[in-house]
Formats: sequence, structure tokens, C-alpha cells
Amino acid sequence: MAEALLEACAVAKHFGGVKALRDVSISIRRGEIYGLIGPNGAGKTTFFNCMTGLYIPDGGGFVFDGAPLLADAPHQAAERGIARTFQNIRLFANMTALENVMVGRHVRTKASVLGAMLQNAATKAEEAAIRQRAMDLLHYVRIEERADDLAKNLSYGDQRRLEIARALATEPKLLCLDEPAAGMNGTETAELRELIDGIRRDGTTILLIEHDVKLVMGLCDRVAVLDYGALIIEDVPAVVQKDQRVIEAYLGA
Amino acid sequence: MSKWLTPRSLLGVVLIGAALVALPFVAAMGGQAWVRILNFAILYVFLALGLNIVVGFAGLLDLGYIAFYAVGAYVYALLASPHFGLHWPFWVILPLGALVTCFFGVLLGSPTLKLRGDYLAIVTLGFGEIIRIFLNNLNAPINVTNGAQGITLIDPVAIGGFKFAGTTQVLGVSLSGPQKYYYLLIVLAILVIIINLRLQHSRIGRAWQAIREDEIAAKAVGINTRNIKLLAFAMGASFGGVAGGIFSAMQGFVSPESFSLVESISILSMVVLGGMGHIPGVILGAVLLTILPEALRYGVGPIQVALFGKMLVDPESLRMLIFGLALVLVMRFKPAGLWPSPERKRELQEVL
Repeated sequence: MAEALLEACAVAKHFGGVKALRDVSISIRRGEIYGLIGPNGAGKTTFFNCMTGLYIPDGGGFVFDGAPLLADAPHQAAERGIARTFQNIRLFANMTALENVMVGRHVRTKASVLGAMLQNAATKAEEAAIRQRAMDLLHYVRIEERADDLAKNLSYGDQRRLEIARALATEPKLLCLDEPAAGMNGTETAELRELIDGIRRDGTTILLIEHDVKLVMGLCDRVAVLDYGALIIEDVPAVVQKDQRVIEAYLGA
Repeated sequence: MSKWLTPRSLLGVVLIGAALVALPFVAAMGGQAWVRILNFAILYVFLALGLNIVVGFAGLLDLGYIAFYAVGAYVYALLASPHFGLHWPFWVILPLGALVTCFFGVLLGSPTLKLRGDYLAIVTLGFGEIIRIFLNNLNAPINVTNGAQGITLIDPVAIGGFKFAGTTQVLGVSLSGPQKYYYLLIVLAILVIIINLRLQHSRIGRAWQAIREDEIAAKAVGINTRNIKLLAFAMGASFGGVAGGIFSAMQGFVSPESFSLVESISILSMVVLGGMGHIPGVILGAVLLTILPEALRYGVGPIQVALFGKMLVDPESLRMLIFGLALVLVMRFKPAGLWPSPERKRELQEVL
């Protein structure tokens, strides 16, 4: 497979005395679906937050797309091409589904205050393009008929989809999904799996944090397992599944 | 934009336009004081719309907004009065005032970027007071603001030879000073409303709303929340600055006592009462809260005399009582404001 899109080098993060991440080094290759699993509190979301700039790591760092990722401002991560969804869905609740996705276009568009006031041709064209692209993305995640509903009125599954559409609107190279299947039933999970697979086929690399081991093992090309903030193993699902340390971490020694 | 050209909407525009043109003459029947009240209503529309950007769109609670009004007013007063002997034309000072208040907006915004809710409110409240106290005390060692006495004899607005103070004949119609200011204000108000509407439905406006809804999610989709917040403060402040400049010119006099905390709070009340984040609602709030108290002031005294034969309650204190009661009632029964934004059903066919 191709070279690494994201490389984490000895990333460490602690909160007081708690070592949430102990020198975690992983590498995500272009075009793959990479699973990050581990028991509750293993440090998966902390890793996510370090990568997307919400936390500043205490040690180590990331190389993304050939250049170091300066993790001091979250909006820069999005600019570089890292988009994420949240474990506890974070939509703009009182904006419509369409507007939510349109906000996602912010980082790839550039209309200024002056442009907005004057409504010159370039601004109008950009605005129309934003709207069109947002509609296309809603169609892509199959919730276009909910475009004009407020995000907070969408069903749980649709909210997850909307969050993915909003993340895709930033044209990410790496899409990070934080437990997208949490709280979903079997059918919804199957549909989600199809969606994620489709996104990968369309050329976006995916980092997936998930509790649903079946989903991860079925979907991911490679899987890393965290336990107590440390990386236990990084390999293809078939190997990870049989690894004694992983079984111990999940079932208790 | 084609929806503006239907006969019905055209008729509506014409009717509203005619009403707006006729209004100062109707008001003048009750005396020029009513025309002045109308003018103040429009000034408060400016202020409420400016504050609406910060509070309504971006969700940043600002209790010191009047400071920008003060800065705008003093910029005009200092540059167009005998105080420094400067008499710059108003079309230079007004944009300059807007720029200076923009700067003050950023000045207030930058230390408060990480604050939210109550904490932000307290800091902005402090900022408002600091500006007022500065204006009160900057008469020594160098006399900049003339302290509590304020600045007098400020130039009225004049375009070319046409002065906005005093009565003039225009096309055979006698126009009083306040009536002329009214037309100037209406033109500016339409401009301000258009700017606000356009901002709201732009990339920037959406970014403001995203920050209001969820700042962390806004960062995650790549919004530079620092710059976008500062932009909200700066834009909001500039409207206050323009309003302040016109206030200065209209009154011919400014002093620090016009810019008290109560003013900040009443502008915030206009925004909240009208419908935070919804431009027509905010305009309604501003107009109602300017005109109703004045109507009460004129109405309460005579009614009391007619009913009881004498003045029982001072109209001024009754005004505050009714004002408070109105606020409580609105918050109880219409917590989203008198005219909140409807859950919009966008006409997608406009673009698709």
C-alpha cells in the first residue's frame, strides 16, 4: 500500500497524574480504514483530541501529509485536511441540516465581510456553490429530504449522518469518526458501514474509533489497540483478534 | 432575487416607503418632540442591530455595548466642534468613527476571547464603565473630553451647503431640523438593515451562528473562532459608532452621562425582547422600547390627573415599573422574544 498519510510519533498526554497516552506511535496509510479500539478510558478520544488540536500533547507529535501537524489550533487541523465527528454528537442544533453542512464549507471558501455586504458576483457564485455542494453532501449521506429541518429535530441516526456530511464538507484527506455506531441498532450499523466503505472508495482515508468490535474487524484494513494509554498492537484485524494481550485487555486478565 | 419583483411585494415596498416618508409629518402634528423620538427610535435600531451581531448571531453576551456608542459620539464631537477648533465634514468623520469603534471592538474582544456567558458579561460591563469613566476624567492633565461638562456646540450634519439643523424649504415643503435628520436616518437605517441581512446569510454569518451553537464543533470544522469572534465585536461596534456620531451631531452636545450602564441594558433588552438573532424582531424591539416609554411619559401624567384629579405616581418611576413588568411578562410568555425567527423553510428552488 501507499505511504503514510498520518504518522503519530510517541504521542504522550497526561492529566495530572493520569497518563492518558503513553508514547503512542501509529501510522495511517493513504486510502485505508484504520481502526482504533480499546476498552473505555484507554485513551482513544484523547488521541483524537491531540491530533485535531483540541489538546496539546505533552510529548511527541504528528506528521500529516508530509509535514508536521502543529497542533495548537483546531481550525488549522481542518485546514490541513483532518475532519472529525464527535462521540457525543456536536451539531449546530438550531441551524438547519443544510446550514450545518454549509458551515463545513467555511474552511474551503473565502467570502469576506466586504464581499458579503456588497454581494458581488464572486460572492454570489461562491454562495451558490456552497449551497449546491452542501445539498450534494446531504444527498450523499441520504438525508437530503431533511435539509430544511433544524439539526436538533433529526433522528439520532440522521444526526450521525449529518455530522459526517459536515465533516466531509471540509474536503478532508483524513476523516476521523469517533464511535459513529454508538447507540445504533443492527440495521443502522449496517447502513453506516456501507456509508463508511463508500467514503473510503471515494478516496478519503478513515480513522475509526469504535466499540463495536464486529464493525471494526469487518471494516478496517488495520487496527490498533490501546489499553491504559499504551499501544498494545497495530496489525491487520485477523492478527489483532487472536492476540492474547488484546483478549486480556478486553476480558480482563 | 426575482422574488422581489412580484406585484404584491412591490406594492408592499411602495406602501411601507410611503408610510416612512409620511411618518415625520404625522409625528410633527404632536409636536417636534415626537419627530425627535422617532429619530431616537431609529438610532436605537442601529444600536440594537449592532448588538444583535454580537449577542444574537455570535452568542457573546455584551453588557458594555454603549461604550461604542460613546466612542462614536466623542469621535464626532472632538472632530466637529469648537473644542479643538476642528470642523471636519460629517462624511469623513462618520466612517472614521466607525473605524475607531471597530478598533475599540477588537480591543474589548481580544482579552475576552476565552470567556463565555457570565464571565464575558462581567468583563464587557467593566469595559463599558471604563470608557465612561475615562470620558468623565480625561480633562486633565490635557483636556481631551472636557470631563463631565461634556462637549457643546457640535456641528450639525451638513452636506454641501445643505444643513440638517434649522428649518428649510425643500420643494415648497417646510422641513424642520429633526424631520431632515429623520430622512437621513431612514436612508442609513435601510443601509444598515441590508448589511445586516446580507451578513446573516453569508459565510461569515453562518460562522457566527456556528460559534454560538457549539464553539468546539465550529473549531473542528475549521472556523478560526478567534478571528471570527473579533470580527463580530468589530462589526457590532462599528454600528454603535455610526449611531454615536449621528447622535452627537443631532444633539449638538455630548456628555459622559448619556452612556451609562442602564443604556447598555436597555439596548440588550431591545434585542432580547424583540427576538435575539432575528433582524425584524430586533428592529421591532428597538422601536417599541424607544417609543412606548415616551408615550407613557406623555400619557401617564394626564391620565392620572383625569382619573384622580392629581398626580399620584411620578411618571418617570411608573415608566420603570411598567418597563420591568413588560420584560418579565415577555420572558414568561414569549421567551424567544416578540418576533422570533420562524423555523425557516428555505426556498431551495431559488438556487437549485
